[in-house]
Amino acid sequence: MDPTDPELIAAVLKGDAASFEPLVKKYLPRVFATARRYARRDSEVEDIVQEVWSKAFLKLSSFRGEAPFEHWLMRLAVHTCYDFLRAHQRNRETSFTELSDAETGWLDRYVADPDDASESAAAAKQLVARLMEMLSPPARLIITLLEIEDKSVKEISALTGWSVPLVKVRAFRARAEMRKCLTKITRDKYL
Amino acid sequence: MNTTELQKKLIAAARSMAADERVPYAFEKRIMARLDAVRPPDVWSLWGNALWRAAVSCVAVTLLTSAWMLWSDHGSSTHGDFSEELETAVLVAADSADETW
Repeated sequence: MDPTDPELIAAVLKGDAASFEPLVKKYLPRVFATARRYARRDSEVEDIVQEVWSKAFLKLSSFRGEAPFEHWLMRLAVHTCYDFLRAHQRNRETSFTELSDAETGWLDRYVADPDDASESAAAAKQLVARLMEMLSPPARLIITLLEIEDKSVKEISALTGWSVPLVKVRAFRARAEMRKCLTKITRDKYL
Repeated sequence: MNTTELQKKLIAAARSMAADERVPYAFEKRIMARLDAVRPPDVWSLWGNALWRAAVSCVAVTLLTSAWMLWSDHGSSTHGDFSEELETAVLVAADSADETW
């Protein structure tokens, strides 16, 4: 029988670093999925993932075992992604002229008939990715967790360490910021 | 244009994207190799290794010195009684003190 997470963690804390590898293997897909929500380039995603695991290894003694290891790890992953967003926020300004033909075409279809523009279209996904990159780090984090991953305010509070009222305030601001970015994208052509 | 509706549509588009859980080949090996580099050194094992090395050096020096002493004792016939020589050496200071007073 495979050792459980607490057994592996106890072995690592006793000095058996090799016991960390099964934990890495088990949770690597989830950490990759989280990192890909916040970074596009493969090199950036890999840097985030490596950073998450380095932190997890070095801070493992602070894991008290009250919650599952996965929750603790995801909290670390979200913090690392947020740090990444803050470090790269200078690059997030994008202008309407940079929209691709496919994105412009999808917007044209939406303006002509909203029902005709399918949300499953690749252009819609590109457009939303572009929109997310225009958001400030807290707004992007909140929109990703609340709207895309469908987490509750309480869960977001536990993941980010922000209080519940702060999450609510930031969610309100994030939605407004998203609308503002959307207006900026569509203003020149459609408004 | 109704931006609120557009926003809802785009969020629905984002939700329809499945989480991408692909992992590059043998990525866990790369992480473990990186952890070897970031792992803080074990102070006790470093200290223990250093002590063992020092102990081996000390034993080697002791053996060499003993061998040299034995060899020099056998090799020279001019040496007198060791206790006599020691007494002389120790009392040199006392003799010179007597002369001074």
